[in-house]
Amino acid sequence: MRVSAIGCTALLLLAVAACGGRDSGGGTTGTAASGQCQGQQTTGITDTSIKLGGIYPLSGPASAYGDIPKGIKAYFDYVNAEKGGIKGRKVEFVVRDDGYQPPKAVEEARRLVEQEQVFALFQTLGTPSTTATWDYTNQQKVPQVFVATGASQWGTDTAHPWTIGWQPNYISEARVYAQYLKTEKPEAKVAVLYQNDDFGKDLLGGFTQAIEGTQIKVVAEQSYEVSDPSVDPQMRNLAESKADVLLNITTPKFGSQALAADAKNTSWNPLHIVNNVAASITVLKPVGFENVQGVVSSSYYKDPNDPTWANDPEMMLYRQKMQQYAPGADPNIPYHTFGWAVASSFHKAMEAATCMTREGLRDAVRNLKGVKVDMLLPGVTLDTSQSDGFPIESMQLMQFKGERWELFGEVIDTRKEFGPLTG
Amino acid sequence: MAGFLQQVVEGLGAGAIYASLALALVLIYQFTGIVNFAQGELAMFSTYIAWQCVAAGLPFWLALVLTLVVSFAGGMLIERVIIRPVEGAPELTLVIVTVGLFIFVNAAAGWIWTFLIKDFPNPFPGGVLEAGGIHVSISTLGVLGVVAVVMGLLYLLFRYTKIGLGMRAVATNPSSARLVGIRVGWMLALGWGLAATVGAVSGVLVAPVLFLEPNMMGGVLIYAFAAATLGGFDSPLGAVVGGLIVGVAETLAGAYIGVIGSDLKVGVPLVIIVVVLLLRPQGLFGRAVVERA
Amino acid sequence: MSETDSAQVKRAPAPPAAPRRPAPAGPLAGRWRWVAIALLLAAACYAPFQLVPFHVFQLTMVLVYAVALLGLNLLVGHAGQISLGHGAFFAVGAYTTAILLDHWDGMPYPVTLPLAAGVAFLLGLAFGVPAMRLRGLYLALVTLAMAIFLAPLLKRFEELTGGSMGLTLAKPAPPAWSGLAPDQWLYFLTLVVAVAAFLLAHSLLRSRVGRALHALRDNEIAAEVMGVRLSSYKTLAFAWSAMFAGAAGCVYTWVIGFVSPDSFTVNLSITMLAGLVVGGLGTLFGPLLGALFVMFVPSISQDINDAAPGVIFGLLIIAVMYVAPTGLAGLAERLIKKIPRKE
Repeated sequence: MRVSAIGCTALLLLAVAACGGRDSGGGTTGTAASGQCQGQQTTGITDTSIKLGGIYPLSGPASAYGDIPKGIKAYFDYVNAEKGGIKGRKVEFVVRDDGYQPPKAVEEARRLVEQEQVFALFQTLGTPSTTATWDYTNQQKVPQVFVATGASQWGTDTAHPWTIGWQPNYISEARVYAQYLKTEKPEAKVAVLYQNDDFGKDLLGGFTQAIEGTQIKVVAEQSYEVSDPSVDPQMRNLAESKADVLLNITTPKFGSQALAADAKNTSWNPLHIVNNVAASITVLKPVGFENVQGVVSSSYYKDPNDPTWANDPEMMLYRQKMQQYAPGADPNIPYHTFGWAVASSFHKAMEAATCMTREGLRDAVRNLKGVKVDMLLPGVTLDTSQSDGFPIESMQLMQFKGERWELFGEVIDTRKEFGPLTG
Repeated sequence: MAGFLQQVVEGLGAGAIYASLALALVLIYQFTGIVNFAQGELAMFSTYIAWQCVAAGLPFWLALVLTLVVSFAGGMLIERVIIRPVEGAPELTLVIVTVGLFIFVNAAAGWIWTFLIKDFPNPFPGGVLEAGGIHVSISTLGVLGVVAVVMGLLYLLFRYTKIGLGMRAVATNPSSARLVGIRVGWMLALGWGLAATVGAVSGVLVAPVLFLEPNMMGGVLIYAFAAATLGGFDSPLGAVVGGLIVGVAETLAGAYIGVIGSDLKVGVPLVIIVVVLLLRPQGLFGRAVVERA
Repeated sequence: MSETDSAQVKRAPAPPAAPRRPAPAGPLAGRWRWVAIALLLAAACYAPFQLVPFHVFQLTMVLVYAVALLGLNLLVGHAGQISLGHGAFFAVGAYTTAILLDHWDGMPYPVTLPLAAGVAFLLGLAFGVPAMRLRGLYLALVTLAMAIFLAPLLKRFEELTGGSMGLTLAKPAPPAWSGLAPDQWLYFLTLVVAVAAFLLAHSLLRSRVGRALHALRDNEIAAEVMGVRLSSYKTLAFAWSAMFAGAAGCVYTWVIGFVSPDSFTVNLSITMLAGLVVGGLGTLFGPLLGALFVMFVPSISQDINDAAPGVIFGLLIIAVMYVAPTGLAGLAERLIKKIPRKE
């Protein structure tokens, strides 16, 4: 009996092996490029189609981010149906689940590149999954564009020209807050609550770097793990410091907890700065709007929950098309907006590309000049160059008043204020 | 000194949360002899039901009653449908089934209600009491109060009712219990139903503090395990005292022991579990079991 | 015949954790078994020349998980102890390798295998000492807590472990004489380790040790009365099992070239245990089948339900426990047994 079990497995393996054919994976599905683009890779792109692959956590504890591809899909469906696709090419977007586990991300990246034969990886989510896959994509010369993580290494690294980020990196965001404190509270004593991972460390590191040489001091730091049930104990410890500014570097649930803990503690009333990741109205509302008045944050895209944009044409288009092409999805979820904006950025980049090839995309995303994208704040544009791998580096400060964020001051371009970010 | 006492109060607040889930764990262990890894997720799911009722316009207390009833029925249903086929199977099979249930319930909640934080009403008034420079929020006191009441009810159930007697018989020796005419299957279903109800109370209590989303209970579970181990898996009083001790120990260790800091304080429940199991495996309030080969 | 068999099995008192090993096959089976294993091995050697690199990579990962599950099988399947924290030993092996390769330039990567396995062995030994006093669910809780504690611990020693950013390493390159592509080379490295691990586990179980472990699993108290030195064997079972997991972790680092705390969450431990139980506890091929489950079922779940793969994954775990309480290996056996009866 055991014999047959082994035999069956062996036969199965042989059968699989026989029908695969190792060389069959190398063929290209695209049409050959001509003219100045001759000899460049056209896998996954034809005159009528583009195939893209994305890797997101659809299962496991980080599945909240699984909403991003829904916004992306809605955008591409809209462009395919109403605009004839991108330069006449209909976009097919294949989404795979990695459960926020790096080895799974590697597997899915290989699946998308070798089996699905995608033109490019359009977003991998999270620093660990992106770090695990970028050696592979760069060896294969597959563009890995607009990765959904704000780590600074996507822009500062020079060994991986095929990989590029999109959102403002965490260091730039930290600089924005440092800049604000320099003018508003030049002698601020800052208490920091941060998530103990690459995101929290990057933002905190960027902040301490940006306040070097000023009178601003970090007087207390507390970290938490994503597996912690609550950040209340950390908030209690920070309150002991009597700092006059609280920098809240958290993800949504912990952001709500920290805001609530701050509101509850009537004997400590610091200026509360909450980072962009946790600045959505959906984070503030459960805490109660009356408890979060005066909280400061910064942003680069329009929050669909913010009444400021209720009559904004871009917002109205977004809401209408989301309803039409992603009927089950709630357009108020900011992750959908994020997906919409990043898909729109991809659209713009492809339109700007001189060659409709992988090389063309790689070069196009590193040659964006003042590109305006739907759903980004007015004044925030995509700008890159060969030496600048950060598409968005501008943010605007905002303060919570009444039931919405009120933008104030100018859009801060961190490149101008602090010089380019280098590794 | 006030700072220290304030930390203790914070610890008690956290401990009350752990205790509430530990009560459900203890309950199901008493009835069925298994540790239910999905208990926290069931509590989270119940909380969503309550949220859904409130969102549909029901008054909070009515929604709560409805949730408790639905949870009780749901718990029994799970036992009948999911656990029944593997009844009497080795411990490990049951562990794996509850782990599968954990993954299923968590994903299902995310699927139905998304992973956005829900706005859950706090049954207790806001506001803070102050005495001698120490602040205690009314909601923390409320949670402690409810936990104490649930504990008392469970104690009465275990000790003075026929159900409690039958339950203990089933957990100790199912086949003998069957012989003396106890309907073992129904006792097990009852255990699941009651545990789900206590879990629902726990979920509703903690949701205003931890904020409702599908992973709300994931982090609490290990602390609740530590609480139940410390207090003894067969004692409701132990679960509550254990929960409070774990909460205070964790908070103080995070605040005052530099090496531990706030990043390593999740090691505190680990240390508690190991030390308790090595020194007093039955827990503070549990009774030692003499093994019969 | 099989009806009465299964009825008897049902009536027999359930062992604490695992089903008994299946009865040995008929007299001919012994010889055929080696033929079949040789066939399987031949197929395994032939496959990478036929498959696209993506599938070769998948098979490589299956082998990596299989090695880890072999270790877990020793502990859970043969010694009857539950571990919900085996991902931690896997991580220790992976990190040992990564740190060695990262901090010493020119460290030959084959050297990292015995070192990683050794470190995991010692850790397992250290952990086995308190664990020997625990049993069943309590052991499950302790190991679970250990798996949860690992991630913050790895982040604490940032100098060594790279903190939350992890460590990125070069993958072993194929030597020129082999003429192999990188993915094929990694595959064969993994295959060699897997076969060695398989043989080691096999001979371990055939020895005195194996019998002692089975006695431990089937009736701990009786085993002690009969003179099995309970504590030392339990501790050793932990250590060996950790050693296999450590070796698997080492190969994992070679293949993936990147370690970070997020790679080894408590989910990994739980998935590993679920995979093993689904594959078949205490069976020869359980670890391999379990590894296939760990590797392929998540993506199958996504193909079935794009919106919430976890729903399907959870249901599949429960479903397998109903259909095949003795795991897929047991199920295959039962099915094969039935075939000749129909003829």
